[in-house]
Amino acid sequence: MKYETDVVVLGGGGGGMAAAKAADKNGANVILIEREEENGGVLNQCIHNGFGIHYYRKDLTGPEFKETLQEELEHTNVKVLNSAFVLDVNKDKQLTFVNHKGIHEIKTKALVMATGARERHFNSLAVPGDRVAGIFTAGVAQKYINLQNLKPANSALIVGSGDIGLIMARRLHLEGIEVKGVVEILPYPGGLERNVQQCLRDYNIPLYLSHTVTRVEGNKRLGKVYVSQVDENRQIIPNTEKIFNVDSLVTSVGLIPLTDPIKFVETAPGFITSNTNQTSEDWIFAAGNCTVVFDLVDYVSREGEKAGKYAALYAQNQYFPEQKVKVIKGKNINVLHPMYIDPNERTKLYLRVSKTFKRAEVTVEPLGIKMVEEEARPSEMIEISMKPFKDKNLKEIEVSARELG
Amino acid sequence: MIAVIGSGIVGSLIAREINKYIEDVFIFEARNGIGTGVTKGNSGIIHGGYDDTPGSLRAELCYKGNKLYDEISQELSVEVKRVGSHVVALNEEELKAIDELEERAIQNGVQEYEILDKTELLEMEPNLNSDALKSFYCPIAGVTEPWEVAMQASRSLEINGGKVLKNKKLVEVKKKDNKFELLFEDGSSYIADLVINVAGLYADEVAKFFGDEVPYIFPVKGEYYLLGKNIKYANSVIFPTPSKLTKGCLVVPTVDGGFLAGPTAHGVKSKQDFSTTQEGLLEVREKSLRLVPTLDFSRNVVKAFAGLRPETREKDFHIDVGEGNVIHVSGIRSPGLTAAPAIARYVVEYLIQEKLHINLQKRENYLTHIEKVPHLVERDYDYWGRVIQEDPEAGEMICYCNKITKKEIKEAIKSGARTLDDVKFATRASFGECQGSFCTPKILKIISEETGLKPEEVLQNEEGSWIINSEVRMI
Repeated sequence: MKYETDVVVLGGGGGGMAAAKAADKNGANVILIEREEENGGVLNQCIHNGFGIHYYRKDLTGPEFKETLQEELEHTNVKVLNSAFVLDVNKDKQLTFVNHKGIHEIKTKALVMATGARERHFNSLAVPGDRVAGIFTAGVAQKYINLQNLKPANSALIVGSGDIGLIMARRLHLEGIEVKGVVEILPYPGGLERNVQQCLRDYNIPLYLSHTVTRVEGNKRLGKVYVSQVDENRQIIPNTEKIFNVDSLVTSVGLIPLTDPIKFVETAPGFITSNTNQTSEDWIFAAGNCTVVFDLVDYVSREGEKAGKYAALYAQNQYFPEQKVKVIKGKNINVLHPMYIDPNERTKLYLRVSKTFKRAEVTVEPLGIKMVEEEARPSEMIEISMKPFKDKNLKEIEVSARELG
Repeated sequence: MIAVIGSGIVGSLIAREINKYIEDVFIFEARNGIGTGVTKGNSGIIHGGYDDTPGSLRAELCYKGNKLYDEISQELSVEVKRVGSHVVALNEEELKAIDELEERAIQNGVQEYEILDKTELLEMEPNLNSDALKSFYCPIAGVTEPWEVAMQASRSLEINGGKVLKNKKLVEVKKKDNKFELLFEDGSSYIADLVINVAGLYADEVAKFFGDEVPYIFPVKGEYYLLGKNIKYANSVIFPTPSKLTKGCLVVPTVDGGFLAGPTAHGVKSKQDFSTTQEGLLEVREKSLRLVPTLDFSRNVVKAFAGLRPETREKDFHIDVGEGNVIHVSGIRSPGLTAAPAIARYVVEYLIQEKLHINLQKRENYLTHIEKVPHLVERDYDYWGRVIQEDPEAGEMICYCNKITKKEIKEAIKSGARTLDDVKFATRASFGECQGSFCTPKILKIISEETGLKPEEVLQNEEGSWIINSEVRMI
């Protein structure tokens, strides 16, 4: 079959659904393509709460957040194609996708990439030891337990204290799996403070900061995990080894933006975009975890909405950015998004600092923006709202952070 | 009946070669997968044959084997990429090794080589260490996927009337007249007229069941890194200059576009020790970075793994008849993969026919060529579209990284796949960059639905490698 539309949104998670909704609202014909049978992406398996506090001003579970968005989507004219896998996107604004009916083409005017991220796999850490069953990413463990009613462990150690790792520690514990601890290589937890409290401290699950897994051992199935302390340069401190007898290792060691199948757009490693979510290819917009990894689905949906809006305007020849101001990563900034700003438009700037600060001052120069953040940590995104600054005639701005004495 | 003990690349190619003459050939495999021992964990290189000790069986069979890979590739529909290889000299000292290689090449009758100067070399391989002075370039060297060759050879055997039996661990052999009774751990037994022992790491132990003595096999571990497809580190196989012990730590472009760095070579005690080590992986990083400084071990690693080589003190293949109608194919260390097709011919044409005086006639009904069903994603869209019309599951994507559909996974299960690794090696599903994070739970479910196994009974690979303990709660 051949389709023609104004905007295609690729990915039906929290970012994609919001993008489709917004593109529709802004007058575009929209097709949303999702590779799973159902929209929602990772929201479907996140049965814990904490979603939607900013976006809906309600504390929802993942499935509730998804249902709410899904309902909003059903009140639009967006055409949703599920179980559809995009094989190819070419520069002539044509997409090819496959589903159980065949192979199809879509001609579009604009595209929103909302393809999310994948989990970094334990294998890629190349930890020495036996190659055994029983090592899962947190997402896989979550899928087994929450969606398939399957228990993949009796006893577990969690590696990585990102939000997914923390939440899975609690989930496994509540399902009767003995969680012997959470191991984090950094000196501070990787996830939100509220999750450290609600998932670990509330259940007396130990958190081993500045620790790393040095070896995994087992006969066919995991049996032992060796853990050692590391110094500030992440070098293993001798004679600090602990051995955990567990049959499972659940890993939450980072997310990697997914940019497939597009190869011709600037990435680092996610899509580089402007504040209007435009990529280096002017008809392609991107939002959510396929750009940088966000702390909250709320941010992802908000970004998606923005991408959908500008994609719709672009498709209807109503958005032509005249100028792009480059955003430069200054001192102590680890993650910065977006990397370009259309100074005619408002900006939500997201950043992560590169180390822990007791009290950080974040500045945007030469715009003279100054923000003070108490206990700034790389694990928590800082958000700065910026007004349009067209009249300033700037080529670039620089964001940096410093400790306030 | 002719029995082949071991389904590695050498065993399955021997079985296939015999099967060209005799229909009744059985492969007995101790594990529950094809080619999952020595065959699974190695560099996958088809060597040029220039550097094996002149006069050794290795040298004789390596060059021949290299040549036979064109035929193997065509007949078994397996991918062989003749990407060529460079042995790179980085200093004056190492230049001598290049001269020695040339000498050996001449003695081994290998003509396909060139000595390249720095400019030519760096033109071909711009990511090499810029200290490189010269290379010994061999254009006929290449890469393949060894387990795929083994799997296709086994399939060819089955198509031509032979049998492949898994989970058949040999525990005893009884001599009966001129025949052997083979007894297996599961209680089954078979009578064989002729036995070929190709038991890899265990060939010396298997030889003892027949009352024969072959050189003692000790395992030598090789550790590797597999790096992702998104960075192109090298166009061909990059070797350092060889030592007496090994061909060294290499950088190898794999058939499907990734890169291997490795292997190490350290003796280990156990034939079951496939673990990676801190020291080994560090050694791989250091040595391979010396050749290709751009290798990105911090962000581009897919996984690390180890394989074992069946090494002997003699350092040569030991392929000979034992007491009675048994042939021991042992000590198949590097370049065993390259030599494998030539070993198969050597066994049939020389050992069976000449040494054992068994007269063989080629079968008339033998099907030489077998298709490899290409993945749907490799076919043109028109074809794929037609397949979907007949079977909608051909349009249902399960493995997102390698783009494998539900139909293909079900077909693998129909052909005998029972474990996650069976499906992985048969289809490439979960082999990609996400390492199964998206598709493993789905594949587990499909295996369970198709075979009637409970999720608790679906294994990663061997007995004991369970995935699911139980249901979370009764529904």
